[in-house]
Amino acid sequence: MAAGDRIRVHNPMGFPPKVTHKPLAPRLNTLDGKTVYLVDCRFDDSDIFLKQMQAWFSENMPGVKTVFKPINSVYTKDDPATWEEIKENGDAAVVGVGH
Amino acid sequence: MSIDGKYAVPTVAVHTDIFYPVTQSVVRMNGMPRMRQAYVPQPIMGKTPQQLRAYIDGPDMKTGRPFMQEVIEGLTRPLDSQDLRDSSFDRSTPRFLEVDTEENLQAMFEENNWTDFLPIVLPTEERVEAMLKNTSHARDEIIGRMRPTNFREYWAYDVEKVAVNAVMAGARPEYFPAILAMAASGVSARGSTTSSAAAMCVVNGPIRHELQMNSGTGAMGPYNHANATIGRAWGLLSTNLQGGSTPGLTYLGSQGNNYAYTSITFAENEERSPWEPFHVQHGFKPDQSTVSLFGGARATSFTLGLRENYWEKHVLNLVRGFDPHTELVFVLDPITARQFVDRGSFDTKEKLIEWVHRNATMEAAEYWDYQLIQNYIYPRATYGEEPFASRLAVPSEEMLPMFLEDEIHVTVVGGETNGYWRIFAAGYRGTFNVDEWR
Repeated sequence: MAAGDRIRVHNPMGFPPKVTHKPLAPRLNTLDGKTVYLVDCRFDDSDIFLKQMQAWFSENMPGVKTVFKPINSVYTKDDPATWEEIKENGDAAVVGVGH
Repeated sequence: MSIDGKYAVPTVAVHTDIFYPVTQSVVRMNGMPRMRQAYVPQPIMGKTPQQLRAYIDGPDMKTGRPFMQEVIEGLTRPLDSQDLRDSSFDRSTPRFLEVDTEENLQAMFEENNWTDFLPIVLPTEERVEAMLKNTSHARDEIIGRMRPTNFREYWAYDVEKVAVNAVMAGARPEYFPAILAMAASGVSARGSTTSSAAAMCVVNGPIRHELQMNSGTGAMGPYNHANATIGRAWGLLSTNLQGGSTPGLTYLGSQGNNYAYTSITFAENEERSPWEPFHVQHGFKPDQSTVSLFGGARATSFTLGLRENYWEKHVLNLVRGFDPHTELVFVLDPITARQFVDRGSFDTKEKLIEWVHRNATMEAAEYWDYQLIQNYIYPRATYGEEPFASRLAVPSEEMLPMFLEDEIHVTVVGGETNGYWRIFAAGYRGTFNVDEWR
């Protein structure tokens, strides 16, 4: 082809899936008297971070019960047993520390 | 996202700030663009409890508001109209780009991060058709799905899309079955891991000769068309068929990795090896053609030959230099492969592998203290997964094998100009049949 010729080429990208909306859970009116799970994803010292957060709640919001909960295995695996436990026994969750 | 979206428990996800673009992209592509997220400084790793408490007492790194205020409001602030708005959307990939000049198209491919920033061959219809003539599979057959990491969505691709990327890499049409086998594996050569991992491919069987691949002098270097472009094609198709490999978004390797340009692709020197070929070890017949794929290729160590008196210590010194979370690939020149037979009576690869497994050890306490063991093995051990769970009972001063036998691999390549040999840190992902893609 000569310089300046206009040509047609293929698009190299694959086929993305459709994005489907997933609703957020309703939020709580207050955390007082509630149980907040601090979910340790067991990556890069996240346990130390979440234990400091647990201390923060204890000092600043003593009406909130916190549960430090490491996931069962590695963060790359889904952990339905832990999610079920939180659903059953908890009111809210903080998950950390992701990357 | 699962806890909030599927289990209906209000949740805040905490991340370090460097991952802001990634986390925003992931929640959007998972249909939860308003997922509550809060950001602390990077890194968490290695910080003292006091330093991490300062993160918690400090500001959110994206909003500047108190971090804990973001967390608490994320759990308690009522959902608003934007939260409730349907965030579904569809995406499509046009088969062709708008007609343009070669110069403009080359610029467009670079601007969209569709290349590796070396010149590419533009995928014209004629070139793609020539590639497609080298497989019996239909152009619109969906042959795989790929993603850069566990938390991203899978993208799909058909035979034609693979051909497009093979053309871009400069591959000759006759290489196409090998490239299709790589693509159909679903193994990405462009993982997004922060560890800057690259990939590796060992080719076995008759296809090595059919494609005139190099298994001898310079096989792992820039000295052979097939070695270079088949490996490059795997990288480009991974980038584009998984939905991108863009630094800060779909690629997070902190330092990057030069191995990624051609994904360390070479043919095993079966003819000069004293052992059975790699693909035969994995259940294939010698006359079958295969690609064996590895991910997590990060590090290399080397030495020359095996000395009479201290070869065992020298080998173990190399092995001890690796993180015990990785797998090992011994890449031996035929000279050294035969030395392993002579020095250690390893008349099979398996005997060498067993010897390395048994002798490369470290104290249990030291093993468990590795950051990657803490991140990836310790959680599996506490979950009861063997053989790791049993290792938890080993006293801290006792020795543990650094690597399981199935985490140690051996392949032979090189032209016998000398007995230099290397160990790569790379994880085996599987061996895939090329003949099915002819």
